[in-house]
Order: sequence, then structure tokens, then C-alpha cells
Amino acid sequence: MFKRLDEAAPAGEVTIWLEDAPRRVPATLSAAAAVLWLDGGAGYRDHAAGGRRAPLCMMGVCHECLITVDGEPNRQGCLVPVTEGMRLTRQRRRP
Amino acid sequence: MPQDFLIIGGGVVGMAVAYGLARRGRRVTVLDEHDGSLRASRGNAGLVWVQGKGSGMPRYAELSLQSSEAWPAFAEELTARTGVELEYECRGGVDLCFDAAEAEARQKQYRALYAATPALAAMRWTYLDREALCEHLPGLGETVHGGTFSPWDGQCNPLYLLRALYAACRSLGVDYRPATPVDGVEATASGFVAHTPVGEVVAPRVILAAGLGARRLAPPLGLSGEVRPVRGQILVTERLPQGGRLPSPQIRQTASGGYLIGDVLENAGFDTGVTLETLHQLGRRAVAVYPDLARARLVRSWGALRVMTPDGSPLYEASRTCPGAYNLSCHSGITLAAFHAGELAEAIDSDCLATRYGDFSGARFDVQATG
Repeated sequence: MFKRLDEAAPAGEVTIWLEDAPRRVPATLSAAAAVLWLDGGAGYRDHAAGGRRAPLCMMGVCHECLITVDGEPNRQGCLVPVTEGMRLTRQRRRP
Repeated sequence: MPQDFLIIGGGVVGMAVAYGLARRGRRVTVLDEHDGSLRASRGNAGLVWVQGKGSGMPRYAELSLQSSEAWPAFAEELTARTGVELEYECRGGVDLCFDAAEAEARQKQYRALYAATPALAAMRWTYLDREALCEHLPGLGETVHGGTFSPWDGQCNPLYLLRALYAACRSLGVDYRPATPVDGVEATASGFVAHTPVGEVVAPRVILAAGLGARRLAPPLGLSGEVRPVRGQILVTERLPQGGRLPSPQIRQTASGGYLIGDVLENAGFDTGVTLETLHQLGRRAVAVYPDLARARLVRSWGALRVMTPDGSPLYEASRTCPGAYNLSCHSGITLAAFHAGELAEAIDSDCLATRYGDFSGARFDVQATG
């Protein structure tokens, strides 16, 4: 679904942890972009009211990309650059 | 088909009165401005609030109490008509005091206010110290001195209220016209004409519910344009688990979990922006009230302009020079919505505004009136 442009500048990679699995992603991505790049938008997030959501604006406005970063819930994933060892947890409906 | 009323302004005041008139079988046209216009109706915190209102004008306190009593049936009826849940609840509210001097001044103010007229004897309120408040506001910070509790205070989602009013008005045949700003209103032989960039609109009677637009639109009709902007700023947290805390003017948790933090009064002209200094102050105070919010992420902030009369009380008046022209201004459009849709709409419809609500006329701002 998401492919990097062939002409995109080559970037190093980092290892992030997505739901406790190590994944290699380009170091230039935001947390939201990394999740989209790895798994696409399906299953990105459940809204507190029950609906399924995924990043929309990717520029800090819509708040659809909320994700738990290093244990902190509701971070705007599109505004957080990935770093080596970062732990991302997609937010599922509260039990 | 000729209309009975033309309402200038599609905010919560204009729409509540439009709804009240349409429910009485009147044909109503509402002219509204754009999404980007000044709109207190879309920027307020959604309190349905009685305590403290009406100092210096006990009739305003009575109207607030009366509207609070009418709110449950009003909300139920709107929801039944439209399917829109207003997230209304009235379990009481607390206005916080941060030190002993504030607590003393508050109690003195309320004792005078609620002894002013017999009708206000129904207004129950108590000062609760910090320990007693903890039951109503779990997790209350240690630096809070206490606060005044009143069972009449509550909250709603003001955007759902507005949406329900639009939907109810539409179902009752109200002719609502967005993006139709009014340049001016003139009296004619058979009523009034509103000039807009998209043509003229006529009706035998006209109601200004134009918020700060009254400054420009009211005086030519012999009505008071004495309203000024008072800015508020609101800070919103991420959605958090329900804390079971009663609302206060300083902070309330919405039905969807976010906390709305506000309650500042600023003179900033027509600037609807936010300032870092005020947002810092709001954040600090919110953490003083509920220390567990220190780690809460903030998702949004905005500024909006209150519509303030010189004495802060509502303005309801019928023009003496242009019979059939009315003017409504207040900064309590949410609390008073039930009253506006009910008795106020009825008083306008039967042209009794001046006799029933004469105290609320703009004549009270005239120098002559005070001798």
C-alpha cells in the first residue's frame, strides 16, 4: 500500500518495537508514517467511542494518528520522529 | 408565503428563539453569517449555570434559576424531536475558591444576592471546604481552599445543543439561511427590510440576536448597541477516564472524557486568538485543581469572544421608535436557552417584552435613567 519513491534520498534505518515485535524502518519517518509503511492503515487505532481510525492529515491537525509511544498514550504519531528502540503500541478499544 | 419574523443571527440565542416561535406556529426566517464569523455559541464551555449570576440584578438571577428548572424538559424535547443527545446533566456544580479571602467574598456576595427577592429563596447553595468538596471532586488538589456548591448547576455539550436547535428548527419549517450577513435593517411601512449581499429579506417583525453585531445593527432601529467583546480562552486535554467530578467554571470533564479548562476574562478587542501566557495560567490552575492532570496531553485550545453588556446582565428590549423590532443580547446563551425558547419567545410573540421584561431594556444604560 505504501511505497517509498525510488528517487527518495537513501536514509539509514532504525529498529522500533511495534506491539513488542522488532521492525526495521527508515530513520526519516514519523511514528505514524512508520506504522503505515509497515502495516498500512487497517487496524491503526480504535476511537474511544468505538470506531476505527487511521492517520489522515499527517501534519498535526486531525489527531487521528494517536498512538502510545514508549508507554505514553495519545501521542500524535505524525509529530514524533522514530528513534532507535522506540516502542509503539496501537491503541485498541478499552476493555 | 410571507414570514412572521425575521431573526438576525443564527447563534444559540437566535436559534432558541426561532425554535420557540416556530413551535408556536410562527413562520420564521433566520439570517446567519459565515463559519468564520465571531461565534460565542461555538466557543463556550457548555455550562448550564445558575450560581453567582445576577449580582446587581436579581431578576437575572431569577431567570437563570427558572431556565435551569426548565432545562430538563427542554433537553428532552429537543432530543425527542431531533435524536441529538445534548449530553445534558444537572447534578450540581462547584465554583472554586483558592484562598480564604476569595471564599469570604464569595459567601458575602451570595448571601446578599439570594436574599434580594422572595423567588430567590429557592436557590440553595452551600460553601464547602476542601475536605467536604473531595466527595464531589475526587482528587482535588491541596491548595484549593473550598468552593460554593449549588444543586442547580449543570452542563451540556453546547455544540450538540446548537445542532439540535438547527435540526428542530428545520423540522418545524424555519427558513435558515447561512452565509447571509446583514448589512443593515430598515423600518418600512409594512415592517422591516434586511439588506444582504444576496438580496433583501422582508418581514413584519424583526429580532436582533446578532451578538456583537448589535453594535452596528441595533442603534438605527432605536435599540441598544452597547455590547462589547470579552475574550475567553479554553484549553482541552486528551480524553481521560471519567473522574466523577462535578463541573466548575474553571474546569469540567466532558461526556467524551476531555477536560475543558477556562474561565478567563480578557479585553482583547476583536482578537479571538490565544496567548501562551494565558494558556500557561490555565494549565497551572488546572493542575492545582486536579494534580493528576499534570501528565495529561493537551489537544486543542481556542479563544472566543463573549457578548457582554455594560452590567453583564441580559438585554431584552422592544424598540419604541420602530415597533416590531426587538433586540436580544446576553453572554448566558446556553443557560438561558430553555427560557429563550419558552417564555421569552412567547413574550416576543405576544409583544409583551417591554411590560414583562422592562428591567432588561437597554434604557438602563442611559445616563438619564440613573439620574
